[in-house]
Parts: sequence; C-alpha cells; structure tokens
Amino acid sequence: MLPRAIDIQRVLPELIWCGFGVLLMLVQPFVRNRHFLSFLALLGSLAGTAASVFALIHGGPGFYGLVQSDSFSFFFRLLVGTVAFLVLLAAGPYLDRERLPIPEFYALLFFATAGMGVLASAQELLTAFIGLEMSSISSYILAGYRRDSLKSSESAMKYFLLGSFATAFFLYGIALVYGATGTTMLDKMAGADTTSTLLKLGLAMILIGLGFKVAAAPFQVWTPDVYEGAPTPVTALFSAGPKAAAFALLLRIFATVPAATKFWFWAFWMLAVLTMFVGNLGALVQTNIKRLLAYSSIAHAGYILVAFAAVTTMTSNSDVGAAPAYAAVLFYLLSYALVKLGAFTVVSQLGGAGEKNLSLDDYAGLSQRQPFVAAMLSVYLLSLLGLPVTAGFFGKFYIFKAAVNSHLLWLAVLMAINSVIGAYYYLRVIVVMYMREPSAEAAALAPVQFPVGVNLALLITFAGTILFGVYPNPVINFILQPNLLGH
Amino acid sequence: MLHGGHLLSVLIFFPAVGALALMLLRGDDHKFIRSIAMIVSTAEFLFSLILLRGVPVGATGYQLEEFAKWISAPPINYHLGVDGISMFLVLLTTFLTPISVLASWSSIQNRVKEFFVMLLLLEVGVVGVFFSLDLFLFFLFWEVMLIPMALLIGIWGHERRVYAAVKFVLYTMTGSILMLVGIIWLYNATGTFDLPAIQQTLANGLLVLAPRTEMLLFLAFFLAFAIKVPLFPLHTWLPDAHVEAPTAGSVMLAGVLLKLGTYGMMRFCLPLFPEASHRAARWVAVLAIIGIIYGALVSMVQPNLKKLVAYSSVSHLGFVVLGIFAFHNISMQGAVYQMLAHGISTGALFLLVGMLYDRRHTFEISEFGGLSTPMPKLAAFFLFVALSSLGLPMLNGFVGEFLILLGTYQRHWGWASWAALGVILSACYLLWSYQRVFFGEITVEKNRTLPDASAREKWILATMAVVTLWMGIGSVFITRRTAAATQTVMDQVEPQRAYEARARSRTKPLTKTDSSQSSRTISIERLGIR
Repeated sequence: MLPRAIDIQRVLPELIWCGFGVLLMLVQPFVRNRHFLSFLALLGSLAGTAASVFALIHGGPGFYGLVQSDSFSFFFRLLVGTVAFLVLLAAGPYLDRERLPIPEFYALLFFATAGMGVLASAQELLTAFIGLEMSSISSYILAGYRRDSLKSSESAMKYFLLGSFATAFFLYGIALVYGATGTTMLDKMAGADTTSTLLKLGLAMILIGLGFKVAAAPFQVWTPDVYEGAPTPVTALFSAGPKAAAFALLLRIFATVPAATKFWFWAFWMLAVLTMFVGNLGALVQTNIKRLLAYSSIAHAGYILVAFAAVTTMTSNSDVGAAPAYAAVLFYLLSYALVKLGAFTVVSQLGGAGEKNLSLDDYAGLSQRQPFVAAMLSVYLLSLLGLPVTAGFFGKFYIFKAAVNSHLLWLAVLMAINSVIGAYYYLRVIVVMYMREPSAEAAALAPVQFPVGVNLALLITFAGTILFGVYPNPVINFILQPNLLGH
Repeated sequence: MLHGGHLLSVLIFFPAVGALALMLLRGDDHKFIRSIAMIVSTAEFLFSLILLRGVPVGATGYQLEEFAKWISAPPINYHLGVDGISMFLVLLTTFLTPISVLASWSSIQNRVKEFFVMLLLLEVGVVGVFFSLDLFLFFLFWEVMLIPMALLIGIWGHERRVYAAVKFVLYTMTGSILMLVGIIWLYNATGTFDLPAIQQTLANGLLVLAPRTEMLLFLAFFLAFAIKVPLFPLHTWLPDAHVEAPTAGSVMLAGVLLKLGTYGMMRFCLPLFPEASHRAARWVAVLAIIGIIYGALVSMVQPNLKKLVAYSSVSHLGFVVLGIFAFHNISMQGAVYQMLAHGISTGALFLLVGMLYDRRHTFEISEFGGLSTPMPKLAAFFLFVALSSLGLPMLNGFVGEFLILLGTYQRHWGWASWAALGVILSACYLLWSYQRVFFGEITVEKNRTLPDASAREKWILATMAVVTLWMGIGSVFITRRTAAATQTVMDQVEPQRAYEARARSRTKPLTKTDSSQSSRTISIERLGIR
C-alpha cells in the first residue's frame, strides 16, 4: 500500500534531508569537488527547512496519526534545520583543516537531522524511537569522526555504549506503556488509568531514556567526555539539535498524556535541581573550554527542566494554562541553540589544526589578538549567563516567569542561585580574554583566519542572539498561539 | 500626559551613539578619542539641563513620560518618566561623566578607545535605570550597567583588579537575580510590569498583599538594593572594587552607582511595600547605624587612603538609608540631598586620591606626609573637599546630614543620636588623614619635588569646588524641586496619613474606582509555595 500524498507532504522535511543524505553518498565517488558537495549539502538543508513551511501549511496527522505536522513540529523542524545549516557552514572549513572526508560527514549530519525532525513530530512512541535511533546512531559515528584522534574515538565509544543503554531503557519503557494502555499512540493514552503501576514504570523508563539524551543529571556523565572528544562542529550539533528534539518529544508526551504530567512533577523537580547544580559546580573547575561549555550545557538542561516542572503543575492546575511554560521551553531552546552554536563555532576555529588550543590559557589576551572574535564570544557567554539585550536573558526570564507562575518559588530561587554560580565561570572566560596577559605561547599564537562560511554562521547566530534579545515578539507570538500542538 | 517628546530617550541613548561612533573609529589617535568622549559627555550634560525646565517645581507624579509597547507577552512596555528625585540623580550622573573623562585624560594609556566606550555605556545604563518606570526595563538597565563597570575595574584597575571585578559582579548579580524573581512575582499578582499601574493597584486597595508575601517581596527587592548601597554587612565588595578601580571608575561607582541602591529603596521598596517597610524599618535602621559607625571606625584606622574614602562611603550611605527609613519628609529630603552631596564630595575625594596616585603610584598614607609644601593648591582643594565631606556648614555635606538627623530625630531620637556619632567620627578620620598626608615633615624624599595641580586638574577641582559651595548655599534650589517627589513617596509609604488628608479635603473625587475588579488578597498560602 502506497502512502497517501498528504502523508508524504507532512513528513516532507525529513524526506528531503534523508534524500540529500543518500544523494551525497551516491555522488561522492564521482565528484571530487569539495565545494560542490558543500553547496549540495547547504542546498539540501535549506530545502528541507523550507519544506517544513510546506508541511505546516498542509498540517495535520500523517500516516494515520504516527506523526503530527503542526506548529509545534514546524518550530522544531525549523530549529533543527537551521542548526544543520549553521553546522554545515562551520563544518566545511573545519573538515578541510583537519583533512577529513566531507561527504560522509554531511550525509550523517542529514540523517541525524532527519531523526531529530521525526522525534519532534512523532505522535507515536515507536516512531519516536525510530527518530531517536536515526539521530543517535548518526551521532555516535559523527562523534568518532576524527578516527586518528584517541579522544574522538573514546568519545564515540562512550557515547555509543551509554547511549544504547539509554535507548534500551526507552524501548523497554515503550513496551511497558504498551502493556499498560494497549496502545503506543500518544493521543490515545489520554484516557489511560493514571494509577497503573505498569504505566508509571514505563513512563519512568522513557524519562530515563530521554534524560540521557538531554544530559540531565544523574544521566549526564557521558556529556563532558563526548563533547570534548567529538569534532567541535559535531559538539555544536550535539548541544543544540538532539537536545532540542528530545525536549520536544518530552513536551509532546506531556501535552497529550495527562498521566505523565501528574506522575512526573517531583521527578522533574529533583532532576532540575540536580542537573543545575551538577552542571554549574562541575563547570567551575574546568580549564578546557569545550569541557566548560559541556558542563554549561548540562546546567542549561537543568534550567529547561525547571520549566518542565512548571509545565507539570500548570497542566494539573487548570486555572492557569501551561502555554507560558511551553513557550518558555521553546524560546529557551531556540536562544540556547543559537548561542551554543555560535560559541562552539568560535571555539572550533580558534582550536587550530588538530584542535590543540582549547585550554583557557590559550584564550588569554584574545581581546588584543582578535578583538572582534573576543567581543563576539563574550556576547555568547553573556547570553548563556542571561544578561539583558541577549536572547539568553529572555529565555531565562520566561523560565523564571513560568516557575513563579506555577508557584515553584523555591525552584526559582535555586535557579537564581545557580545563575550566579554560572556567572562565575562565564565571567572567568571573559576575564581571561580581556584582563589576563597572555603567556609566551598564547602570545605567539597567530591570529586565526575566519573563512567566509564560518563568518556567515557567526553572523547569523550573533544577529539572532541580539535580535531575540531586543525584540522577541515574533517568536513569542508564534509559540504562544493556542493551537500550537495540533489536536 | 505624553507631551514630553523624546527627551528622556535621547538622554539615555545619546551616549550609546557616542560609544558606537567611538567603537567604529578605526584610528588609534588617543587625543581624538578623548576629545570625542569629552564632547559627547559634555553635550549629554547640557542636554540633561533641559530637565530642569521639564520638571516644574512642585509638580507631583512623573513628567516627560514616554510610553511605547515593546513586548507582547508578557506585556512589557518602554515606559520612561522623571520626577524630582531621578532628575537630580541623572544630572549628577551626566555631570560626573565628563569629569571622569577629564580625570582619565592622561592616566589611561592603554586601550584608550575601549575605556571611553565603557564609560559612555555605563552612563547609558545608569541614566536608563533612573528613567525607567517599567520594572522589567528597570531590571534590564540595572543588569546592563554591570558589564561596563566590571570591565572598567577589571581591565584598567590596579593589582588585584580581576578579583575585585568578579567579586563586584557576583555580589550585584546575587541580589539582582532574586529581585528578578520578585519582579516576576509582583507581575503575577498584578498582571503588569508598569510601576505607576502597580502603585495604583496597591494604593486603591485592589490588591492587598498578605503580610508574609509582602515581606518576602520587600526582601527580594531590598537585598538587591542593599548590596548596591552597600548596607552593612553586605559592603565587603565595596572596598575591593574602589581600591582596584581606576579613578574614573571610582568616581562613577561612588558618585552614582551606590545611589542606585538608595534610589531603588525610595522608588520601589517604600511605595510598593509600605507595610513591610514599616515592619523592617527598625532592623534596617539598626544596620544603617552600624554601617555609619563601623564605616567611620574602619576609615579611621585605614593605612590606605583610597580604602579610607571607600569606607567613608559606607558610613555616608548609612545616613541615606537611615534617612529613608525614618519615614519623615525632612529626612527623606535629606536622604536625596545627601545622595547628591556624597556624589560630588566623595567623587572629588576620589579624584584627589587619584591625582596623588598619578604622582606617586601608591595609596599608602605612610608614603605621604608634608605634601602641602610641594603642592599647596592640591592641598587646599583636598581640605575644602574633606570639609564638605565631613559636613561643614555652608558646604554640601552639611545640608544632607542635617536634614537627615533633623527628620530622624522627630521620629526616633535614639537613632538620631547614634547617627550623630558618625558626624563626629567623620571629622576625626578625615582631618586626621589630612594631617598625616599634607602636614608635618616630608618623610619620603621623592615627595619634595612633586608637581602641583596641572591646569586640567585645577579645572576639574575648581568645578567640583564650585558645585560643592553652591550646593551648600543654594540648597533651596534643589530641595524645592525634590519636595513634591519625596512627599509622594511619604504618602505612599504612609497611606493612612495620606488617606486622612484626602478625607479632610473631599474636593476631588477618588480617581477611577474600578468596580469590575474586586479587592483580592494574594496570600502566600494560596500561592502554595513548593
């Protein structure tokens, strides 16, 4: 039986991404021109992202409800598509510098992106599982893409072993939920018996599986090593894409399965607190910029989990809708993705051949060697810190607002304390760049050239960071619309 | 209501335009950069003088308001306004900025362009804070101002500059993030970030905060402001920041930034949470008095001249806080006056200390001694400023302290008598340090040949001296214009009295009683904190 045309339209972005991935693999034996391949990849990512508009216009449930093409999935398709585009822009020069093969990288990136798209639009648990696997398996390979580097191989190995363990949890959770409710369709679980132990157990397993993906403590141990070892553009992808997609699935489960929201509140409360503290305290002592940003991304997962705790109380408490908390998560993921991509792109360029210059000491005196780069990285860091006039500030503001709205005052205060702890290590990087005299080796570093592609990626992320920090209205209005999730 | 044009916006963003122009400047001609900064900051000062015409004497409420929708959800507006209090604080800011530029003329030699960019951006933040009538906007400027100040300390400061800068940021941020939570909580209760609208809601009794809720909200705001002031025992960032900051940084920090704390108390803590303010007043006053005496005593034994001035700020700002929390119109006026006077005289003290540092590269009092022989002019200015700082009649410091003590005495004679001790102690440490620095034998040979004040320095100091004297004699010029604003604060913090006064003169009908909104009580129990 062939799928209906409308079904195809509703998964068009994923199809295009996959198609371009396959195409790149097919043409690579015949085409030697790296520029052409890069051009093809950029075209593919843009086409897929543009197709998400098409999928939105022809929105609705596809494949008998397996996927849902609504504003929510549109937002995430746009997000992961943009992430893929920016990573592609920055990765080209990186791959040239490291003398790594280009087409496989691009193809894997496309498969990962398609997986994230599926994850964000899935409305059925096994479809979500397929999306998770697509993005995970591509990610494992991408993490080990620098084959001759020991760290990269270690990163891939760790990610693979722990990741498949987590996926197993996820799958087992699906099985238990199926056992309890007799269905894997999320929208059919609405009337499920909320007291069923089997259902609770299943949901807990799903939470563990996704907790791993978003690097929530205590499932975060892989993060620093994987982030450090993976090629930096891949790290940028990890910190922005899969995380957003996994959060998207969590949100959709929340929105459609009332049993989940009732049951998950304390789990999220504790996960949020633990994740914030582990991430921030861990980052305090880091001297490698990639590890520092890895811990920071754990901390930021914690902030997002605060909004999740707010979602749980809001949906169970009918007098205030959960929309503000959803909006908080979505806006945060957007601002966070932009900023982290920008920061990692800068780090990737400054790392130099073989990614040697990643220690904080190498950043000493950067403000004098490369004032523009230093200023840009500072803006990204300040956005991560949550200072006004950057997108990160509004992200944090909306989460605070969601938390206070749900009367989670203690959680808000704990988050405030964590923001201050976070301020210390972000400032430390700025202090090193602006206030520390470079050591002899750091002073001898030649200013790094920034190729056009990287500059374009930086320009987009920088403009987004500032634009959404001054005028977040378009995004906020979009994600606050009442029929965000189409049902 | 909105006929003020865009003067306030212009005042906020004009320095930003100047900073942008400097940033885009390619060349590295230091003199040209300094001149641009000087022109921009002087023009800003001249612009700000228009405020004196824009705010009529005796007018209540906010003037020259500007209002524009900014963010749709939650409704955040770009709402600016000015009253007697904020007008003079802005004037102080715009006055001290060109002075700071001038003071950094020759002492800043590396990364000159960035320095003046930061100085101008700092001015943007500070002026923005004073003009903001939207809590969110206020918070935004409050945070924005942090970074230029931290960089001023951290890049152009002295030996332990990085430590001081980071400490400054972390302290301030701790307070301000909790304030953000408070702001959001207040928004949840009232549905708006607009300060006048919130005041209206609270004053009309449309929203009654339960005592415990009110107290927590009060504390969320108060902590942020108390750190900024700084109130004892939250003052420990101040000596570090001051000692390590370059002269211009110290002048702006002491002259303007500390006032943001006391301004915040006056603008937010008292009017929004009157009951909690009353309940907390006793404790705040005790802390303020401890600060007054402790700051003075520590100053007395300081071997470091700059630290001495820094601790004297703790003491003087204690007076301001005491004046605010005495809830008397006279002491409130005194507090405003003391804020301005302290900005001028402590600013001048830091300028003088900076000039000594430029010559000798040390702040140690023991390194000086007998300086009045090589530099009589500088010594004369120093004496003049020290006298104004210790509250000599006819000079600016006296007016503020006198009004504060007068008002406080009528409320609580015990507080006033303890605080008066601070006046005596300030005479001790200032005169004693003056004696050790400028009189006696010259003990260090290098000091014999130090040059006296240069023409630039004389201009700076003469300007400061003229303002000091004028504020001491022509104080009515200022008090006349702040009276209405402080009275408004008093009415808000003592609504009972205001209500009685209104009841006595039932000529005006109560403004807009919204029947659709019934009185609601937000209690902490209902909020159900987890």
